[in-house]
Amino acid sequence: MTLTLALVQILNGLQFGLILFLIAAGLTLVFGVMDFINLAHGVQYMVGAYLVAAFTAMTGSFVAGLALALPAALIFGLLLEVLIFRHLYDRDHLDQVLATFGVIIFLNQAVKYIWGAAPLNVAIPDALSGAVEITDGMLYPVWRLVIIAVGLAVGLALYLVVNKTKLGMLVRAGASNAAMVSALGVNIRLLFTIVFGVGAMLAGFAGAMVAPILSVEPGMGDNVLILAFVVIVIGGIGSIRGAFIAALLIGLVDTLGRFFAPTLLKLLLDPSAASQTGRAIAPMLIYILMAAVLFFRPSGLFPSKQ
Amino acid sequence: MSSAPLQLQNICKNYGALRVTDDVSLNIEAGELHAIIGPNGAGKTTLIHQISGHAQSDSGRIIFDGQDVSRLPMAERARMGLVRSFQITSILPRFSALENVAIAVQARSGSSFSFFGNASKEPALNDTAMTLLSRFGLAARAGVPAGQMSHGEKRQLEIAIALAAKPKLLLLDEPLAGTSHDESQRLINTLQELRKELPIVLIEHDMDAVFALADRVSVLVYGRIIASGSPQSIRDNAEVRAAYLGEEAA
Amino acid sequence: MNNLVDLDTPASPALATPLRTSRAYVLPLIVFAIFALVPLSVLWGSQSFILALVTRIMILALAAMSLDLLIGYGAMISFGHAAYVGLGAYSVAILSSHGITDGFIQLAVALGVSLIFALFTGAISLRTKGVYFIMITLAFGQMLFFLGTSLAAYGGDDGLTLASRSMFFASNFLKNDVAMYYVAFGVLLGAYLLLRAIVASRFGRVLRGIRENPVRMEAIGFAPYRYQLTAYVIAGMIAGVSGFLLANQTEFVSPAYTAWQRSGDLIFVLVLGGLGSLHGAIIGAAVFSLLADILSHYTENWALIFGPILILVVLYARGGITGLFGSKS
Repeated sequence: MTLTLALVQILNGLQFGLILFLIAAGLTLVFGVMDFINLAHGVQYMVGAYLVAAFTAMTGSFVAGLALALPAALIFGLLLEVLIFRHLYDRDHLDQVLATFGVIIFLNQAVKYIWGAAPLNVAIPDALSGAVEITDGMLYPVWRLVIIAVGLAVGLALYLVVNKTKLGMLVRAGASNAAMVSALGVNIRLLFTIVFGVGAMLAGFAGAMVAPILSVEPGMGDNVLILAFVVIVIGGIGSIRGAFIAALLIGLVDTLGRFFAPTLLKLLLDPSAASQTGRAIAPMLIYILMAAVLFFRPSGLFPSKQ
Repeated sequence: MSSAPLQLQNICKNYGALRVTDDVSLNIEAGELHAIIGPNGAGKTTLIHQISGHAQSDSGRIIFDGQDVSRLPMAERARMGLVRSFQITSILPRFSALENVAIAVQARSGSSFSFFGNASKEPALNDTAMTLLSRFGLAARAGVPAGQMSHGEKRQLEIAIALAAKPKLLLLDEPLAGTSHDESQRLINTLQELRKELPIVLIEHDMDAVFALADRVSVLVYGRIIASGSPQSIRDNAEVRAAYLGEEAA
Repeated sequence: MNNLVDLDTPASPALATPLRTSRAYVLPLIVFAIFALVPLSVLWGSQSFILALVTRIMILALAAMSLDLLIGYGAMISFGHAAYVGLGAYSVAILSSHGITDGFIQLAVALGVSLIFALFTGAISLRTKGVYFIMITLAFGQMLFFLGTSLAAYGGDDGLTLASRSMFFASNFLKNDVAMYYVAFGVLLGAYLLLRAIVASRFGRVLRGIRENPVRMEAIGFAPYRYQLTAYVIAGMIAGVSGFLLANQTEFVSPAYTAWQRSGDLIFVLVLGGLGSLHGAIIGAAVFSLLADILSHYTENWALIFGPILILVVLYARGGITGLFGSKS
């Protein structure tokens, strides 16, 4: 029976990890290719969720909502890029951190202003709103399985594009040495815009996919952003493969850690102390993991720049 | 066991599949100025990086002052007296010329874990720094932010800083690069004086300077030393001419 | 701009060299004079909330000033500095909740805990560079945040109210808001003078040199790590004192003090006031707090204005407010 429980947690961890991957993929590419630290990437995720909530409410259909939200998220991202971000590419990291921090402050308030502080509800499409039996009478939500499937599909698509297409080769080259790529005559501006746009859309898509199962509220992107950064730092900046592995690792460690830490600690401490300590340690596990990785590999697991 | 101040024993370094330093062995004797020449891309600067500790060799040993320094970080080697200058000017741009030199003097005079007292007003540091600046004709520019100096002045400042760090051996990486004729003549004169005081490893492209200053010359091609000896013997060496001087003559 | 810089004129604030002439002392002198005189305005009938507001400004300034040592003078962009404010604050609250109200003991614990945490996290973080350093400092800050939210015994997410302010020599004189004010003022002034001295010292010069060109410094024999770690610990301890004062001023602590957004605010305050000048942190803290206070009276959506202000400052006024006063003679 605990095995089934473990299986559920593993699936949850996978789902969480894949969402993180969708967000981290864009982040690591933007940072890898453009050397641009974008704290506002979490806001992109939040905006995706709000857009799908708004469009679904407007059209009455999640699918229609999603179809409208994605291009809207893309346009929104490109708008930010043109208005603010492209002025920061030549600046140092501190400036980028601060300016994008300003974007977060503004947008968190903006969505509160437009939609209010109360969380929004987004309904899962009926066909996918049930649960399936995975084993032994344990039901698992279909929607989460959808997220896992979609996440893996996008991961595969990204892998194919990055590794098997010319565009992907340019992106990988850019992540390794952008100046050289530009010197070779490639329209680096266009490459930047494409990379940024795809990243923004992936984050918005992730937000849209979790909208039915999480609270769509102001600030929802903040903590996810930090986790996404932890992912790319552990995975190595500029590496999609690193982001994928690190994201799954973090998703699993966080989910399983929260679930099993109190249980494991009960072997050492009395139940109430174990439960207390477990609850304290669980959220810290990811950060301990990151600190440990950085201690041994100060540039992450698969850095694209030597 | 050689008593040479600097001994390179079978130094190798690869960047991926590229062999940048190929089994380099060399002894720098006391009192000599040893020039290392070679075509662009031969790996001269990479070699200096490894000697100074800025880069780690994949294999081989570096003996300085009788000690194996192969695993020591650059700062420690510098404190032992193994001091370098940089091919691409590497000064503290927003510090004045005086402070650039004074901080190198500070590095070798007592602890810098002192939290009180105004460092930029310490007479001992400033006097020594001023003397060094004068030696390089930079006394009048002492108060100028180093980043605003002319290229030639910066190259001289590079060496002044290196000297301030109380070196027992100097590694100079293309000190004359980009200097005017007057400036390089002045630098050559200074180097003539310096070579009597301490051993120097000099990387240079300026052949006049090399042949005027060097006691011995080693030629580095594709990371490997193809010839080593007196300047005249190098000038006469057919292989060297073909690989390097030959290109220049043509 | 004049090419020849007289050794005796101060460099522009961004250069972060020690003050030398009388002109350079003017701005900080004015700032401290204003702060010294604010309580008098209360005597003359202005609102008493001003006292609390300006006390909080000084406390914020203290934390930001300590961060200036790291960012402005050491080029170490720490995104987890608010952690130390939290450590200092919780030292007071936790000891107080156990009946230990002596201010000296609480302060000693605040300093000790900040020292240990800074030593441990700094030792690990400083092995990394660039964005990795930013992230790992952020991570350590988050760890403390989550630790705080899980401490049910000390209020967890809701925080903890203090029974009273710290006692000194068995006296509760800190209860008086004017006394609280001048204690904060004294600490701020003391810290300012201390940091000024440190920056001008041999140690400070090495730190600034490492900021300019770390490889160059290594080449003359300075190993950057130990100097950076020392600066990191000093900055952490001063921020811990800021937390000690904050707990006393608000008589309340909460994990929110260590939220990463608070660390972001500290950097904002610094850049707004002007990096690498120390008094810039004070000016930035004042402008930041006053702006937030005034704007929040007009609209609850003041963040809508704050965000763009930050963006505009970064894009167009990088030297901050002291940069506008910069010596460009």
